Amino acid sequence: MKISRAEVEHVARLARLALQPEELDAMTGQMDAILGYVDKLNELDTEGIEPTAHAVPMENAFREDAVKPSIGVERAQQNAPETDGSCFKVPKVIE
Amino acid sequence: MDSRYEVVIGLEVHVQLTTKTKIFCGCSKDFGQEPNSQTCPVCLGLPGALPVLNKQVVEYAIKTGLATNHQIAPRSIFARKNYFYPDLPKGYQISQFELPICEHGWLNIETEELGKKKVGITRIHMEEDAGKLIHSDGNSSAVDLNRACTPLLEVVSEPDMRSADEAIAYLKQLHQIVMYLGVCDGNLEEGSFRCDANVSVRLWGQKELGTRAELKNLNSFRFIKQAIEYEVERQIDVIDDGGKVVQETRLFDADAGTTRSMRGKEEAHDYRYFPDPDLVPLVVDHAWVERVRAELPELPEAKLQRYQDELGLTEYDAGVISSERAVAEYFEALVGLHNNAKICANWVMGELSRALNENDIAIADCPVTPDLLAGILNRIADNTISGKIAKKVFEEIWQSGKTADQVIEEKGLKQVTDTGAIEAILDEIIAANQSQFEELKGGKEKLMGFFVGQVMKASKGKANPGMVNQLMQKKLKG
Amino acid sequence: MQLDNLTISQLREKLASGETTSVELTKAFLARIAATDEKVNAFITVCEEEALAAAEAADQRIAAGNAAPLTGIPLAVKDIFNTIDVRTTCGSKILDNYVSPYDATAIAKLREQGAVIIGKLNMDEFAMGSSNENSAAGSVKNPWDLERVPGGSSGGSAASVAAGQALATLGTDTGGSIRQPASHCGVVGLKPTYGRVSRFGVIAYASSLDQVGPVARNVEDCATILGVVAGYDPADSTSVDTPVPDYLATIKDGVKGKKIGLPKEYFIEGLDADVKKAVDAAIETYKSLGAEIVEVSLPHTDYAVACYYLIATAEASSNLARYDGVRFGVRKDEGEGLIGMYQQTRAAGFGDEVKRRIMLGTYALSSGYYDAYYLKAQKVRTLIRQDFLDAFEQVDFMLAPVAPTPAFKIGEKTDDPLQMYLSDIFTIPLNLAGTCGLSLPCGTSSEGLPIGLQLFGKPFAEGEILQAAWAFESATDFGGKLAPL
Repeated sequence: MKISRAEVEHVARLARLALQPEELDAMTGQMDAILGYVDKLNELDTEGIEPTAHAVPMENAFREDAVKPSIGVERAQQNAPETDGSCFKVPKVIE
Repeated sequence: MDSRYEVVIGLEVHVQLTTKTKIFCGCSKDFGQEPNSQTCPVCLGLPGALPVLNKQVVEYAIKTGLATNHQIAPRSIFARKNYFYPDLPKGYQISQFELPICEHGWLNIETEELGKKKVGITRIHMEEDAGKLIHSDGNSSAVDLNRACTPLLEVVSEPDMRSADEAIAYLKQLHQIVMYLGVCDGNLEEGSFRCDANVSVRLWGQKELGTRAELKNLNSFRFIKQAIEYEVERQIDVIDDGGKVVQETRLFDADAGTTRSMRGKEEAHDYRYFPDPDLVPLVVDHAWVERVRAELPELPEAKLQRYQDELGLTEYDAGVISSERAVAEYFEALVGLHNNAKICANWVMGELSRALNENDIAIADCPVTPDLLAGILNRIADNTISGKIAKKVFEEIWQSGKTADQVIEEKGLKQVTDTGAIEAILDEIIAANQSQFEELKGGKEKLMGFFVGQVMKASKGKANPGMVNQLMQKKLKG
Repeated sequence: MQLDNLTISQLREKLASGETTSVELTKAFLARIAATDEKVNAFITVCEEEALAAAEAADQRIAAGNAAPLTGIPLAVKDIFNTIDVRTTCGSKILDNYVSPYDATAIAKLREQGAVIIGKLNMDEFAMGSSNENSAAGSVKNPWDLERVPGGSSGGSAASVAAGQALATLGTDTGGSIRQPASHCGVVGLKPTYGRVSRFGVIAYASSLDQVGPVARNVEDCATILGVVAGYDPADSTSVDTPVPDYLATIKDGVKGKKIGLPKEYFIEGLDADVKKAVDAAIETYKSLGAEIVEVSLPHTDYAVACYYLIATAEASSNLARYDGVRFGVRKDEGEGLIGMYQQTRAAGFGDEVKRRIMLGTYALSSGYYDAYYLKAQKVRTLIRQDFLDAFEQVDFMLAPVAPTPAFKIGEKTDDPLQMYLSDIFTIPLNLAGTCGLSLPCGTSSEGLPIGLQLFGKPFAEGEILQAAWAFESATDFGGKLAPL
């Protein structure tokens, strides 16, 4: 086994996905198969090889510190599930 | 403090930068606006929006790094710190992780108790701020994303501080520097300069660090000191009771003066940092670093030394004047126009700062410019006016903006240096106070001040006090 | 009006001469969509009103004599592009009600030209899929055989062109999502070099791999559209500031004397016999056109799928964190607090494949596994990219099949995610290498299904592969056909 059901449950919590018990079972099997497959990367010796983040080498993309108009509260909220005045409303956050 | 234990403190400071716009989008970062009015697809984390780095943030990071003795990384990377929170629109914070822009810095600090020392700074990295959560009493919270994506520098110290006083000394030093550089407005209460303190204790001689608590919600230097001192006592109590300090985040409660656990937020964090594929590596070449270095202002530590070595100020005076860049700049301009640095320092720290405080005016907006003040000091130096009259002149200039010479002329404040005129006044006063004059002659030297004072009063302050003294001596020798 | 076998340039002439109008054209396409889309299901949203308004504006612009290359041309775009004030779902339930407040850069460029956007095309949810079966809007059907998949994830982009519902479309390609459906639907699809077209406003799947490209009925139209959407965008830090050449100016230059590489790892056992036959025939065609054929090797090809599924899912797991039910999207809240709201919203809003990839990516980045999975994959990516750069030292471009088989049946691979992933084996390496590739029709299977031919170009050598594709298209008679619906 590459991954246990308990680990899958933990990952689901990290990813904020509520998975039903049967979904967890299926997910465990599928992830196990995929992880088993990707294990083939270990056939390759990558010692001393630099990782590639972008296939096309790039560096230094900047913008100048100049104000651009914002889109406005109405636009910002146009898709909001719930609002509270100009704010987005969410279930209570406990600190 | 319990002498069996050594206190270990490391500080993480979030410095909010004074750029016009956010770090990854062009929204204004003015505060106090209607919630969510300063947002766009990028800082709202809308699908498809992409970040582009504000170059000014990089400039400020390099500046701050150089001013705190860091090495500037030739290549640094932005990473995503993944976690869910309603004030974090994208579900990740763009920060720097493995390759930050500045590493291996340090600051010199000094405390009464422990003396001078060098505090190491592990790194400074750039990141975006989160939005604001407004907690209402009901069963919901409200999210305002105006602050989301505003630029921060996170300055992470080594665990080098051994007392709350050292922590405060370090913070004040750092605070002074970022203010000097103009990269931060330095307002602790509004959160422009935020500090988290990692505090632990260990038995003297113990090599490994004790388990630390991270203290949050420290929005004044006083609270930071209180919180650290409370936390140290608490940890020692826990250990003495046979317990173990738990690694956790603790919130400072300013009303109670205590810290309390924030276990609610303590869910096992796994931030899954990885290089942000939407951003490209930041490459800062030698020329860039050297250009910024050349543009750095002289820093407070250097000024402190120079004011003592070259201008002959006391350490105290030099410290007061160098502590704020605008004050130091005023002072330096003044010294350029009037050669007695000590007098300049006295005026800046005395009359000038009193007037600024009373009128609640920043030194940069002071109506008595260095030029005008130098005019007053020069007239004192050439005996045109006395120090006392000079204060009157200063008040006049503050109101009218005229020059010292104009005011002296218009108000007839020129000192009387005509020996005959002063002697005539003196004779009158001696005549009117014959018995005291005899006592003075008899050796009651305290009465000298009385006679000089009477002459000054009679001359409305215009008599040159030095000349009055000289004439008195002459009379006494008779 | 007869819409077959027309190129955009020909249409432009007809528009300019007044032989037709944009409104007339737009109406014709809208009618075709109305008549066929119940079968094909290529569109998620048809923008009739907006399209007709844009067509009228285009007609005025043409009349005023300041038409641009795409003025008045009806196009459709994958529902992954943000389109202002139009529903943008990305094939997901979680964005079912999402109306974008802004335009993607590629869309803005089309609008500047006066192109008419007639609708938003179906796709695999968040571009995750190879069959367009993972869409909240339902599967897209292959217009050549309605029981088969059109390929994915830009299934709607390819199927609509094959069905004559749009002249050309925009898609995105992260692991083959333009080329593979183009191949399965018998149309031309181009994946430009990473950084060639702005990703701003394109809903992200895997940011270091995603790239926007055209799907069209012929090579020339692909070139025309690429010429419009390509170019540096200051709003996308990963867009590259390299001049956009005039692709049409060189498109007819032929392949005489060009060196074409055949990567031997792409001509393996298990390759469908019809596919092999069609590709072999294409090689002969290129020889007859004066090209020189040499064998090359891309030795790490076999590792590409594994590498891709770690990198793409890791990036996706983070890119999809913003779908949290706070600022937009369909929220599900059963009163179990904030975390409950997150978990239910995401569980209800995402489909199975999206969940699977988020899970895999979250795992690959998680504490203790980062080095073994994500970092390892990034290093293997270096090897794969180097394979391509080495091969391009020897040849001008490469030729390979697009997919191991023609379009498979709907439902055939849905139970086995890994088998589905392996169907992208010939398209994925190019995304990891970041260079450009193109798919164009090169034959039909014994069952009458289209077969595609793939060309790999050097970084930013879109012009060269368009030229090679045009030469093949002109010499053969496989492309430009509409499916008989």
